[in-house]
Amino acid sequence: MDDFDKQLLNRLQSDFPMVPEPFRAIAEELGVAEDDVIAAIRRLKDEGIIRRFGGVFSSRDLGFYSTLMAAQVAPDCLEEVAAAVSAYGEVTHNYEREHHYNLWFTLTATSRERVAEIAEEIRRKTGVGEIHELPAVEFFKVDVKFSM
Amino acid sequence: MAEVTQLEKSLIAILQGDGLPVASRPFAVLGERLGVSEDEVMECLREMERKGYLRRIAAVLWHRTAGFEANGMVAWDVPDEECTAVGRKMAEFSEVTHCYRRPRFPGWRYNLYTMVHGHARAECRAAAERIATHIGIIDYDILFSVREFKKTSPVYY
Repeated sequence: MDDFDKQLLNRLQSDFPMVPEPFRAIAEELGVAEDDVIAAIRRLKDEGIIRRFGGVFSSRDLGFYSTLMAAQVAPDCLEEVAAAVSAYGEVTHNYEREHHYNLWFTLTATSRERVAEIAEEIRRKTGVGEIHELPAVEFFKVDVKFSM
Repeated sequence: MAEVTQLEKSLIAILQGDGLPVASRPFAVLGERLGVSEDEVMECLREMERKGYLRRIAAVLWHRTAGFEANGMVAWDVPDEECTAVGRKMAEFSEVTHCYRRPRFPGWRYNLYTMVHGHARAECRAAAERIATHIGIIDYDILFSVREFKKTSPVYY
């Protein structure tokens, strides 16, 4: 990654110009040609530095129910339980964390009932007893931007 | 559920999936795919921004390739009556990417959550300590991620 890549990545994380030729607008800001911007974005996607170039939507405003779940899983079953959890399309993040509660995952589902159903299925399939639902009740910040 | 039009659903599905076409006129390309004009696509996206459905069009980076190797979920025990004010203050720290209030449960006293990212764990710990000192909430725990089993974007439509 060179300085131009970093500058471009910083620019692409917010305030995307909603104009017919947005990449030309960004190129002009950065003092380069439109083709250079387009080629660089394609390369950064191919290289896996850009995970996704698209829309960031608010699941809540779209009417979906999102929640964090905390589970306590016996260490020797962790991989198996994690795989059962990840198998649900509604599960977006799934992490092992260093704690008594060692499996933490997030769900975005059509309803709270659907989340309860999934939790019940996971309990039944895996025998994990402790799964706690921790929905956000107040939102203070979501801003995943990294300055390069 | 919110009233979401067919065009909105189609645009959400594309922008969550393949993403925005990386071409000179991306909105025209989307319009062609969906049988509407470039203007209609841009208008629909602006309308979704206005309604709060669309937060932004942006590049989402892999944290790790961007050099942020460590992520810690910091769980704080904040007196209920102070939680809103404290949450707002914590949100102001640039190291904090997410900040939410969540319910406590028996055996778990924490009610405020911040995600902190850093190049290494020490950086996350230092960030949590800075926040703790600055805000005066000293009861917290950092849960570092050990393994990432899944990380994806929601599929809405």
